[in-house]
Amino acid sequence: MATTVARPETLVGKRIKRKEDPRLITGTATYVDDIQMPGMHHASILRSPHAAAILKSINIRPALETAGVVAVFTGADVKDVGPVPCGASLPGLRVPHHHILAQDRVYFAGHPVAVVVSTDRYIARDAADRIEVEYDVKAAVADPEKALEKGAPAVHPQWPDNIAFTFHQENGEVDKVFAEAAVVVKQRITSQRLIPCAMETRGVVADYKTGEKALTIYSSTQIPHLMRSLVAGMLGMPEHKLRVVAPEVGGGFGSKLNVYAEEALMGFVSMRIGKPVKWIESRREGFLATIHGRGHADYFEIAAGKDGTILGLTLKLIQDLGAYHQLLTPAIPTLSVLMMPGLYRFKNIRADIVGVFTNCTPTDAYRGAGRPEATHGIERMVDMLAAEMKMDPAEIRLKNFIRPEEFPYATATGLSYDSGEYDKPLKKALDLVNYGRLREDQKRARAEGRLMGIGLSTYGEICAFGPSPATPAGGWESATVRVEPSGKVTVHTGASPHGQGEETTFAQIAADEMGVDLDDVIVLHGDTAIVQYGIGTFGSRATAVGGTALYFALQDLKVKIKKYGAMLLDSSDVSYSAGRCICNKTGKSVTLAEISGASYRAMRLPPNTEPGLMATHFWEPPNFTFPFGAHIVVTEIDKETGAVEIKRYVAVDDCGKIINPLIVAGQVHGGVVQGIGQALYENAVYDDNGQLLTGEFMDYAIPKASMLPRIEEDHTETPSPVNPLGVKGVGEAGTIGCSPAVVNSVVDALSPLGVKHLDMPLSPEKIWRVLTGGKA
Amino acid sequence: MIPQNFEYATPNSLAEAFKLLGESNAKALAGGMSLIPLMKLRLAAPDKLIDLRNVPGLNSIREEGGMLRIGALVTHYELESSPLVRSRCPLLAEAASQIGDIQVRNMGTIGGSVAHADPAADYPASLHALEAQVKLAKAGGERTLAIGSFLQDTFTTALDAGELVVEISVPVEAAGTGVSYQKCVQPASGFAIVGVAARIRKSGGRIALARVGVTGLSGKPFRAANVERLLEGAAGSAGDISKAAAVVADGVDANNDLHASADYRKHLARVYTARALAAAARKAG
Repeated sequence: MATTVARPETLVGKRIKRKEDPRLITGTATYVDDIQMPGMHHASILRSPHAAAILKSINIRPALETAGVVAVFTGADVKDVGPVPCGASLPGLRVPHHHILAQDRVYFAGHPVAVVVSTDRYIARDAADRIEVEYDVKAAVADPEKALEKGAPAVHPQWPDNIAFTFHQENGEVDKVFAEAAVVVKQRITSQRLIPCAMETRGVVADYKTGEKALTIYSSTQIPHLMRSLVAGMLGMPEHKLRVVAPEVGGGFGSKLNVYAEEALMGFVSMRIGKPVKWIESRREGFLATIHGRGHADYFEIAAGKDGTILGLTLKLIQDLGAYHQLLTPAIPTLSVLMMPGLYRFKNIRADIVGVFTNCTPTDAYRGAGRPEATHGIERMVDMLAAEMKMDPAEIRLKNFIRPEEFPYATATGLSYDSGEYDKPLKKALDLVNYGRLREDQKRARAEGRLMGIGLSTYGEICAFGPSPATPAGGWESATVRVEPSGKVTVHTGASPHGQGEETTFAQIAADEMGVDLDDVIVLHGDTAIVQYGIGTFGSRATAVGGTALYFALQDLKVKIKKYGAMLLDSSDVSYSAGRCICNKTGKSVTLAEISGASYRAMRLPPNTEPGLMATHFWEPPNFTFPFGAHIVVTEIDKETGAVEIKRYVAVDDCGKIINPLIVAGQVHGGVVQGIGQALYENAVYDDNGQLLTGEFMDYAIPKASMLPRIEEDHTETPSPVNPLGVKGVGEAGTIGCSPAVVNSVVDALSPLGVKHLDMPLSPEKIWRVLTGGKA
Repeated sequence: MIPQNFEYATPNSLAEAFKLLGESNAKALAGGMSLIPLMKLRLAAPDKLIDLRNVPGLNSIREEGGMLRIGALVTHYELESSPLVRSRCPLLAEAASQIGDIQVRNMGTIGGSVAHADPAADYPASLHALEAQVKLAKAGGERTLAIGSFLQDTFTTALDAGELVVEISVPVEAAGTGVSYQKCVQPASGFAIVGVAARIRKSGGRIALARVGVTGLSGKPFRAANVERLLEGAAGSAGDISKAAAVVADGVDANNDLHASADYRKHLARVYTARALAAAARKAG
């Protein structure tokens, strides 16, 4: 007897392995560098070794004379190509004209100066070394606070103060509450510059077809549609003649939420030589040429009443912008300001941002993008306040949380938090670690002379970017669902997933709504010639916004399916479930495949109904979503060396409704790892001349598996009312919740020595200096 | 990460290898775990790479006359996993197991590593503690040098032009010897910020032999004779060990870089020397 395995009633909520994984783990996925084309040329980019210099002369002749070199282009050739775009707008923002190749001056080490085009990748690289450039080296400034000092070198000579913008936000009665507060705690807190280090470096293939006068750009990007609009503008070409494809993308973390010089540059080259051209960023090049993240020096003050009620918070935020604005550079610190109140009820805030130019690689969005900095700040300040008031860090948080009945909650920074029960993940995490007994263990450890720390963070974040008025390029997302004549389902999402697993989660949503198997759904994305316009994947938005667009497209389609079903069943009372349209009177039914076949064959049509089964929905979200959670970290410090060991890591996240727990776990794990990287290891170090000292993996430490703890991960599920799926977003949560929990734990371990704060990364030497009584 | 153009040869005998190495700007390749990255960064640009992988006789491990004779092309993984090395020279197996990662250990070789003379490499600590001998060969003949004479300075060895490391010899460990290699790992590269190898043999309740090798601390790995002198003849108490370990960095011109300042490195050298000595003493029984 044949047995059939029953399909679960719903796939949403199930722990399902990713549909993407087989091609990734068998090495059969197609990345940009896997693309081969007849006649394809190769480009190598010569970059400035200096952080600040006047370009006195460039002699390209030795490169041009190299056998196999087809062309060499410099700034003069591309001066009319539009600037690398900055999508952020702030009042009074100074925007330097960002040419795709340096004109008369270079502004950071890694600034592209020339491009060599050859039939051979190796020859192109060799020939780039033969270009003779005469630089008149100028003084550089790499530290944003030094850049603000009088007499500092001007990054852009026309703006001697190095200030790109200032931004002020204030709410409530800040001066009054600080004057009346029982306790005020002040601290300078830095979030150091980080290098995103996606496993796949950037890469571009540009293919100009002279006959069609049409250009195709393959780029490792998170935003193919926005790139198409922007690069078409840069190249002065009609948008519909440009196709952008994001093939398999090996990680972005925000660093590919951008339009760089190289997309337009390769487009320009391909148009000039009439052949396809490929540029693949080398790892060392990527350290300089792809955006960095973070780069904050934050001056916080927090005020509280004598019972520990937080009254107000002020922040002066110095943002290291680097030499140029990339797509969202100046907007990132404004996200820090939006989220500076965290999960707490106080309404009095004052924030001032100073955006500072430095002779460094531009900063921009890196996993969390402004929210890790904000969370690190508020969660450190709350811990310092608890220490000052001799309160337990869990108790002070529970006292100050926004309460469940207060949602939707209007924050002091103008946001409307959608939903939350902030004590639930904290209490769950406290239970998981058995907090009371853990504090007893800590007392015993201290009595034995051991340095054991317990740290927690209760973070909130802003996700699902976002309502269009609050985003530079539209904050909606799009989906098309097509039922093929055979009943198989094809989904086109405007989001461009690149590791987040939406080929699986979106298939779960579509399979449930259509009543078909997971394998009967395919999710296509990342090609502007196939997919309707979309925004992209970033800011933990793809499922909350793109998934919702899909949900509504599916509802639209079900209406049409039922019309065909009613016609085929000759009934006016039908319902649709489990892949069948059923006559509610007779119980007779037709399958989706039968309905779909009939709709395309179109022998008969229901009244006022078109042939075919396809629906497209563009969904505009009414609000952001606001996930939250609690992380608890137990550490022990080696008293001899200062090394930190994470003994336990517990993460309880609430990302709203969970579609696939396995994928959510993966996102939390990856996020936590990058948070631990910032807390303990990673640091982009520049010297005073603007040279990146940590310019390769021999010196820039990203954590490896052997350096990481086991991550114990759990959840609470508070649905978001913003979308019908109830989802919030989880791509960045791990990173945002992590770094303050680690640092709070280490500071807690060192608190018997009088330590109140340490800046990241918590290197063993820094802690050893504290242990030996020196200054860290 | 694209190297300059180079030619590549795989000689089938030492004689052929010597001939090829005589050509201008030729460089021997013995695993390539250091040389290839340098070439990709364009910090090295040999015209010709002479890959020694097909040269017979360079990849054996033999016990002979109280010594383990290890061919230059033996990989770190082979040393780490060889039952002969694990039983007859456990210190070298322990050091090999802490090099880089599994891919590096599968490709990298002991001869390639010592010939490269990276001051933060793992082997030199153990090779100093073992008083290893390095056999060199060139077209004219062979010579054998003590490890201390072979490793001259940062990236500098006694190798003449056209000369190759062909074998490393270490003594078979006498029964009752405790050994340990303790390493503070540089978190980015996996190299040693400091690495300390210790051998302790006891006799009649006293330390009869103490050998300590140090890598990573300075531009040149070294044998810490001052530490050894304080231990030999002592009972090997915790106090003896900490007193001896305390002098390991005395007079040493310590490296100072992004990952550890000179004074922190010296401190780490003392800590890791004490740890290595304590672990070795414990195993010595």
